[in-house]
Amino acid sequence: MVRALEQYLRPGVKGTPFCPGCGHGILMNHILRAIDELKMDMTRMVFVSGIGCAAWIPSPHFDGDTLHTLHGRALAFATGTKLSNPDLCVVVVSGDGDLSSIGGNHLIHAARRNIDLKVICANNMVYGMTGGQVASTTPRGAKTATTGEGNPYRPFDLCKLVEAAGAGYVARFAVTQPMALINAVKKALQHEGFSFIEALSPCPTQYGRRNRQDRPEDMIQDLIRRCILEEEAEGLTEEERAEKIITGEFLS
Amino acid sequence: MHYFSGNEAAAEGALSAGCRFYGGYPITPSSELMERMAARLREVGGVFIQMEDEIGSISAVLGASWAGRKAMTATSGPGFSLMQEAIGYAAFTETPCVIVDVQRAGPCTGQATRVGSGDLMQAKWGSHGDYQVIALSPWSVQEMYDFTLRAFNLSERFRVPTFVMAEEAVGHLRENMSVPAEVEVWDRKKKKGAAPFGTEEEDGVPPMPAFGEGERLAVTGSTHDDFGYRKTDDGKVHARLVERINAKILKNRNTIVETESYFLEDSDIGILAYGFTARSSLYAVKSLRKEGMKVGMLRLKTIWPFPVDAIRSAAQRWKKIVVPEMNQGQIAGEVRKACLCDVFPVMQTDGEIIHPEKIIGEMKRLA
Repeated sequence: MVRALEQYLRPGVKGTPFCPGCGHGILMNHILRAIDELKMDMTRMVFVSGIGCAAWIPSPHFDGDTLHTLHGRALAFATGTKLSNPDLCVVVVSGDGDLSSIGGNHLIHAARRNIDLKVICANNMVYGMTGGQVASTTPRGAKTATTGEGNPYRPFDLCKLVEAAGAGYVARFAVTQPMALINAVKKALQHEGFSFIEALSPCPTQYGRRNRQDRPEDMIQDLIRRCILEEEAEGLTEEERAEKIITGEFLS
Repeated sequence: MHYFSGNEAAAEGALSAGCRFYGGYPITPSSELMERMAARLREVGGVFIQMEDEIGSISAVLGASWAGRKAMTATSGPGFSLMQEAIGYAAFTETPCVIVDVQRAGPCTGQATRVGSGDLMQAKWGSHGDYQVIALSPWSVQEMYDFTLRAFNLSERFRVPTFVMAEEAVGHLRENMSVPAEVEVWDRKKKKGAAPFGTEEEDGVPPMPAFGEGERLAVTGSTHDDFGYRKTDDGKVHARLVERINAKILKNRNTIVETESYFLEDSDIGILAYGFTARSSLYAVKSLRKEGMKVGMLRLKTIWPFPVDAIRSAAQRWKKIVVPEMNQGQIAGEVRKACLCDVFPVMQTDGEIIHPEKIIGEMKRLA
């Protein structure tokens, strides 16, 4: 079982380029499991990514066509590819900074067009590759390389953003919710139209160590503790809710 | 015979070349080209999309190109600036694409509705790092058609971003032009299983498969080996790639570069011109010759790669070269680098075309 997914990896590419404790390797596994369960033909899939750690999840690892593009522009490239050959299954895997900050304009417009792209946004709430600077998804108060006193601004709620912009399938799960996340990826792959999954992924190297989560398992434990389903949030007080991360399928 | 504007003619040239994808964003003075493509691509089974900005437009074009379509966009100065990062991507990943830049008077927003020729250096040097592009300079509505078609052929053949450096005056000019019954069309070469980013072939251009053909392509703007694997810490791989993408254009420059000469044989002073200014220049040459002045003219139809050989050869007859252009001497500087003549720029950046009288006055002053 452990090696069963190797058939989806490009020959000659072994291991992952991610730091110890990074959640992106787990997310890579989840995406490939969804593909495996759906028996998808990798030669009909195009994986488009931008720049950053998460962009390396598919590129060059996935053994379909991979298009590793410019910072922020993955969705614009993917739009051109999908419109040119609608028979291809075009999947965008990239990070929160790439898709929602530098690429935020392309994100809302791709959602508005409801173009048939499957977007998996690995959200580690920080700019990991460049050394841990504040992102548009960093929680208020969190310390980063550029907010030593704590982030003064509130983060985007990416799911609400793309839902408001017109996406057809919207879900948020953490890599600590494997079955739900795999299931969401499967649904996104089968959904016709713009689908968006925010996959919460821990970054101990750049985020955890600055925010009192020194060990990788601290971040994993934190996600397990904080990620609850929408219905579980119903009975909570405002204060208790603020502590949690609401996950689930918001639009399907 | 058709009575088209230059922008409309460029759209027709693209369609004749087989362009079947257009991604663009409105900008004066190029928008008519996009509007025509929106209507015409529907008729021929192509894809049109108006994107959210210019870097989105060129990015969609590159995504379309890898999906196997001949693809283009058109813009003007500010949009061309916004596209530069993706132009570097196209050069480094060897992705065919055509951009028609209908130049207006810059810098910045400048004079949006008026003519200029200030984007030529940006065309060559606009993105970071060392790379080559091809840039053509049309002087008529007919050449808007011909050069856009040729731009696609060159871009497909050499896998390089190719620009039609039009100017507002030719974009909005209306003239008679003809569409040939048959045109020469080049397509990117394909070879199953071959390396898409490296070749031992003489021309230095590797074959280019499309997504979905089972080649399991790995395309990246990071340093990559012949099969697209990222090799960012390998200096040899990087140097080899940068050298090849430059060499494949420079060693094929005789195929790419086109110039046109007038009254060269008996001339002892010359005008070097391109684009719309070449029209005023030729008028000036003809009237000066009537007055007995031995003036010759060289017109650059290709700007990049720079026509060094043609300029050197013409300059052997000339003691002085006058270079009129609608910028602050961008090409005059290149001419100085290319030959040992005295070079006299005639610079004009007021949003108007250069009047023949201005060129005639400068020639008489120098004679």
